[in-house]
Amino acid sequence: MQRLWVRYAKRGRLRFTSHRDFARAFERALRRAGVPMAYSAGFSPHPKISYVGAAPTGVASEAEYLEIGLAERRDPDEVRRDLDAALPPGLDVIAVVEADQRGLADRVEASYWRIELPGVAETDARAALDRFLALASAPVERATKDGHRTIDARAAVLAAEVLAAQVRSPAPPGASQPGETAPNVPCAILDLVVRLTTPAVRPDDVVTALRQAAALSTPDTTLVTRLAQGRLDDSPPATDADETPAVGGIRLIDPLVANAGAVPPN
Amino acid sequence: MPVESVFARLEPLLPRVQKPIQYVGGELHSVVKDWDDPAGMGTPAGSEPVRWALMYPDAYEVGLPNQGVQILYELLNERDDVIAERTYSVWPDMEAVMREHGIPQFTVDGHRPVGAFDVFGVSFSTELGYTNLLTALDLAGIPLDAADRTDGHPIVVAGGHAAFNPEPIATFIDAAVLGDGEEAALRLTDIVRDWKRAGRPDGRDGLLMRLAVDGVAYVPAFYDVDYLADGRIQRVTPNRPGVPWRVSKHTVMDLDQWPYPKKPLVPLAETVHERYSVEIFRGCTRGCRFCQAGMITRPVRERSITTVGDMVQRGIAATGFEEVGLLSLSSADHSEIGEIAKGLADRYDGDNVSLSLPSTRVDAFNITLANELSRNGRRTGLTFAPEGGSERMRKVINKMVTEDDLIRTVATAYGNGWRQVKLYFMCGLPTETDDDVMQIADMARRVIKTGREAAGRKDIRCTISIGAFVPKPHTPFQWAAQLDHETVDKRLKALKSAVMNDRDYGRAIGIRYHDGRPSIVEGLLSRGDRRVGAVIRRVWEDGGRFDGWSEHFSYERWERCAAGVFADTPVSLDWFTTRERDLAEVLPWDHLDSGLDKDWMWADWQDAVREVEVDDCRWTPCYDCGVCPSQGTEIQVGPTGRQLLPLSVV
Repeated sequence: MQRLWVRYAKRGRLRFTSHRDFARAFERALRRAGVPMAYSAGFSPHPKISYVGAAPTGVASEAEYLEIGLAERRDPDEVRRDLDAALPPGLDVIAVVEADQRGLADRVEASYWRIELPGVAETDARAALDRFLALASAPVERATKDGHRTIDARAAVLAAEVLAAQVRSPAPPGASQPGETAPNVPCAILDLVVRLTTPAVRPDDVVTALRQAAALSTPDTTLVTRLAQGRLDDSPPATDADETPAVGGIRLIDPLVANAGAVPPN
Repeated sequence: MPVESVFARLEPLLPRVQKPIQYVGGELHSVVKDWDDPAGMGTPAGSEPVRWALMYPDAYEVGLPNQGVQILYELLNERDDVIAERTYSVWPDMEAVMREHGIPQFTVDGHRPVGAFDVFGVSFSTELGYTNLLTALDLAGIPLDAADRTDGHPIVVAGGHAAFNPEPIATFIDAAVLGDGEEAALRLTDIVRDWKRAGRPDGRDGLLMRLAVDGVAYVPAFYDVDYLADGRIQRVTPNRPGVPWRVSKHTVMDLDQWPYPKKPLVPLAETVHERYSVEIFRGCTRGCRFCQAGMITRPVRERSITTVGDMVQRGIAATGFEEVGLLSLSSADHSEIGEIAKGLADRYDGDNVSLSLPSTRVDAFNITLANELSRNGRRTGLTFAPEGGSERMRKVINKMVTEDDLIRTVATAYGNGWRQVKLYFMCGLPTETDDDVMQIADMARRVIKTGREAAGRKDIRCTISIGAFVPKPHTPFQWAAQLDHETVDKRLKALKSAVMNDRDYGRAIGIRYHDGRPSIVEGLLSRGDRRVGAVIRRVWEDGGRFDGWSEHFSYERWERCAAGVFADTPVSLDWFTTRERDLAEVLPWDHLDSGLDKDWMWADWQDAVREVEVDDCRWTPCYDCGVCPSQGTEIQVGPTGRQLLPLSVV
């Protein structure tokens, strides 16, 4: 059996795809693309696919990972091309590489999130973030299937910074009525590196903490994107051309990079 | 004029609703065309496209897989001069968000406002979608009352089986199309196109007249209904010259010419049916007297084995679905079903593609078929539909199967390795007694007893699923009294306790039923006339939504609103449901022609009461139901003698 690692993105309106929805769409895309999947044995055979912690529904992502098992060998780049063509635009396959012995899950220590806060001024966001980072802990409540659960949103945050606020129209072009000029509003951008813990701290937990513990007035809807996942690396960049995303000097190493000749685009 | 997508306004609100994926569209094989230039060829003057918004009036998860909507969506979009988009009922949480932010009912394809389309086509497989129609109209900014609509509003067209009696929604729709939609939708499109190109002569009224005079659709506003003092209908008459006295259904002949869906939609969201469905034939002449579908879709028209094979091959490749459903009203009756099942099972052996037939008649041959279809090893459940619990009852409904046949068939199923058998029944059938229903328990006991012997093991199960019978228009039972829900519930409770208290077999028998009250509302909406429209409207204004969902349905609300609307009138909820009609009564749908001869239906109703059965006209001489001669149609069945060849390896 050939094991392949797949990095994919969830973009635009398809960020509302839940993990279950994605899994179903992915299995169908595998069949349409003619990928010769290996199946589990037993009464109800399933194609061999294993996922690494998926981003929450409604959160966009540039860095989701999974592993597939093939019954016959295929060129990873052909699989990437065929799968990407079989998936709807917005569910995009970024890279496919041969799997390594060490598991995919072991290569994910932390996640890099970008949170856009329309209507929030940069200075307000920065002040709130400073208050948040000064806290020893920031317990927040999250509704779960079994009721409410309290999670510390602070400890898992390894690094955070507010980027220069962008001016963003409250709605994308085309939404406003003809002749009407959409007023521009500030939009603070918060970048976070969050360590993978159990239970996982999600970006919206941090936003809740900023609101509750750091008195930030947050908008109803935030746009969250996962930009990277991987192992933590706090060494200085090897070259100036190194574009590995970094927050506060902490970088994440793409789980797929360690495999020779498999540096993904992007 | 370009029409703006509402998506930019919708998107920031989506995190606030449940399952937002159902509102974003983007399904595989969905189509978004340019509003003014659907062909993408530039816009020659005077070639304004015809724009359809197609709706299935239930939640996306139920509506998306609907075959009718998918067929019309694909068929209409194949034309360069047509734009067809889809819309579904939004859940109450989304409705609240849309009202709060002034977002209109939108299509999931282009997120265009439904009110901007030319035709708003709504497919009703069940009458319980009527309140959802009102929600969609209201959110779309289309006046609920057709009489209040102006030239700027779409024409609202109902289709689907419920359109064979659209009288309860007559005030809310502009037109109804009866029967098969393929040719009718194209013809309606041509009429709309010609009218638009001619400069829309006489506006909305002019278009509706063209539709009515052509006969492609029934336009309720062009008919007056007069009532007798006792509440019955006196007559239904056209109120315009040129409008036909009766409007006929449409029948597509030669299904091989219409191999749709070719490229079915593949949703991201989870839906109720996740499979490639191919209709292997349309129509049914088994003659089950309760079955509206079997009566209004005559005659039987088979799709040939080779077309079925081609459709499955293309459909699987285009979708990646793992399951294929061979649909029809009684799939085992296809003249070449054995060859189809074997051919498909051979083709997809080892491919993890499973094949399924919907619930089948009780017939030993069906076990052979099911064995073939489950060749890959999964033998979980088989479903049969004896419908009537006693042999007498099955004679009344013309479901020709004896108790011994049934037991033998089911025992064979267990003997062939099937562990679970599901049996469908109805309660409240005409002439039914308490004893007829209690015999279901006896039958289930015999099924388990014989099944254990045949299987040589004790861990087999039988599930009994029971629905309350609702008399439907255009069936021999259209005159029958519907059984009140108290008696239905009493009979079902007694049956359940008899089954559960059985020491030997009770634990091997499961029993599932719903209370009888929703069926009374379904009965009101099925056999109602135009006066029922006011009840639907009042229920909707009172908050009624999603009446097909038990968590949303409120019988109390329907009962209260019906009592309010019908106060001081000769009619009532009971009058429409539990009252038996006689031959002389003008029925609300008499001017709508399903092809069935009313005298034949009455005779068949009398035969039912006398427990006289009638054979299938595919194998015995014609019994003059009237459909073929009146509609200019004929039975189209095989065998063709052709075979499915193995697929060549690509």
